[in-house]
Amino acid sequence: MGSRLVPTSPLARHLLVAVLGLVVVVVVLQGVSDFRRFQLAELAYLGIAAGGLTVLTGLNGQISLGHGALMAVGAYVTALLLPDRDAGTPLPLVVLAAVAVTLLVGAVVGAAAARLHGPYLAGATLALAVAVPGIALYFKETLGGEQGLRVVLPDPPGWVLDATYFVTGQDLTTSGYVALLAWLTLLVTYVALANLGRGRVGRRWRAVRDHEVAAELAGIDLGRARVSAFVVSAAAAGAAGAMLALTVRLAAPSSFSLTLSLTLLAAVVLGGLGSLAGALAGAALLTFLPQVVTDLGTGLGLSDIRAAELAPLVYGLVMVAVVLLAPAGLTGTVRSLLTTSKGTPR
Amino acid sequence: MQQLLNTALGGLTLGMVYAAFALALVLIWRSTRVVNFAQAPMAMVTTFVALAVIEAGHSYWLGFAAALLSGLLLGAFLERVVVRPVEGKAEINAVILTLGLFIVLHALAAVVFGNRFRSFPAPFGIRGLEVGDRTIALTGFGIFTIVAVVVVMALLVALFRFTDVGLRMRAAAHSPEVARMLGVRVGRMLTLGWALASVVGSLAGLLIAGGSLVHPGFMDSVVVFGFVAAVLGGLDSPVGAVVGGLLLGLSLSFVSGYVGSQLVALAALGILMVVLTLRPGGLFAHTPARRV
Repeated sequence: MGSRLVPTSPLARHLLVAVLGLVVVVVVLQGVSDFRRFQLAELAYLGIAAGGLTVLTGLNGQISLGHGALMAVGAYVTALLLPDRDAGTPLPLVVLAAVAVTLLVGAVVGAAAARLHGPYLAGATLALAVAVPGIALYFKETLGGEQGLRVVLPDPPGWVLDATYFVTGQDLTTSGYVALLAWLTLLVTYVALANLGRGRVGRRWRAVRDHEVAAELAGIDLGRARVSAFVVSAAAAGAAGAMLALTVRLAAPSSFSLTLSLTLLAAVVLGGLGSLAGALAGAALLTFLPQVVTDLGTGLGLSDIRAAELAPLVYGLVMVAVVLLAPAGLTGTVRSLLTTSKGTPR
Repeated sequence: MQQLLNTALGGLTLGMVYAAFALALVLIWRSTRVVNFAQAPMAMVTTFVALAVIEAGHSYWLGFAAALLSGLLLGAFLERVVVRPVEGKAEINAVILTLGLFIVLHALAAVVFGNRFRSFPAPFGIRGLEVGDRTIALTGFGIFTIVAVVVVMALLVALFRFTDVGLRMRAAAHSPEVARMLGVRVGRMLTLGWALASVVGSLAGLLIAGGSLVHPGFMDSVVVFGFVAAVLGGLDSPVGAVVGGLLLGLSLSFVSGYVGSQLVALAALGILMVVLTLRPGGLFAHTPARRV
């Protein structure tokens, strides 16, 4: 704590963690197979979306079942901007556009949602999650209908290839490039979210969450605080959607089912509401658990299709168990165990 | 003209089902202040129970009864064992809990019953009735749907108005503390409330499934429509839920008939947004909006 090596300002500390994280990511990515790189990219985009959701639900007390739909917005914007090899839009611009459009959608939804609380908000965002895939089906010509839109990944720029070769001594594969992009986006998003959460904005969000009337008396505009939390969260979902589109090279309605929104919420609840580390842990569970559980299921004699449903069964059970037994989630429970053991009299 | 009539008739039938589903949500909301998002998968599970009974060679009506009975038990069990600990706690916990149940029931049904579409029989004709030389969009099963929902509503009204148990349930929902002091076993009443709501939800599931396909996700959009219908009516008012269900059924039927069936959920979202913005308490709410 008192060491000079750890910077005191939150921004510097978050940046330090992010740089360390980037080093770890580069090292890990060059040491694993292409399949694992794909999985890690999946982990990253789920982590980005879960990070946005945990800020909204944990810090501001708003629940959203619409984050799958918001990811769809980001993914479709990405797909529309990268239809073929000569699209020519630079990748950072594509991601920014995806974030910007999702942010606008989030502002509209958030403005409507700001007046709602608890179950009303959950119901409204549930309707959003069910409604959005229908839009892609209705506008078949532009949005590709059931098949969705293909995304063509632009070639990585030469200096990126040179730099990776210089650092890792290996050529950059496509999935390595995508995973690197996704993790870079994750780190940028998490630094931004952590800073917002630690600062004045985050304090307002928490005040509104804990006591509306007290917050209002302290001069906080409830509506503005809620809408801003929703917009920030939606922007993260947009970035996640863009990364999803780049990773799977497809934007299709089936990727954004109600199940996606619900499992994101499960990840966030499991990790502990409001904790970015918890959101990442939850996303890791969403990425790696299905394979383990499905193998277990087929080992027990279930057919493949049925065994594939065991993973959601586990998320659901974990979600129920967390609410009943450990409402603070994984990170919160660990933290409270640590503080109790520290606080015991000597 | 004929399309208009048929769209309206289709909307009326569908509206009756939404009304039943909304009523189930309202029953639970009134007694425990929980919006039961798991209502749809609960109804889906009981519909699969009915299908299992029917496919084992028994009659449709035995399956029907089995579904309602399993709904009763499932509702009572979930309230007593899973939901009871979060009643009266922060509302976000209850929301997360019922969503967790949503995922659990969904996955469980897919594991047990399989994840494919299966056809569900109907006890009455699913061809349009012939009036004169025209076929209208009201089917035999549609008439059964309307009659079944009306009967259930009448039974519920009779229960709450004219019986002792109904009075106790109302007391427990209205003011648990006072009711408890007067000797009402509040916990039991809440369990009974959930059980009854689950029966009504199961009925809605059976009515939607009849003559069409079932699948673990077949009720997913219905929970949205039921919720919108319930909010339209104020979430607190059974009459409101019925009127809301009918209004929603008609409007969605017109959207589906004249614009495109893909946009039905979007239209429901739009209606929900308009209602919540203009009349947050719904069309029939008599309690003022909560402040704190």
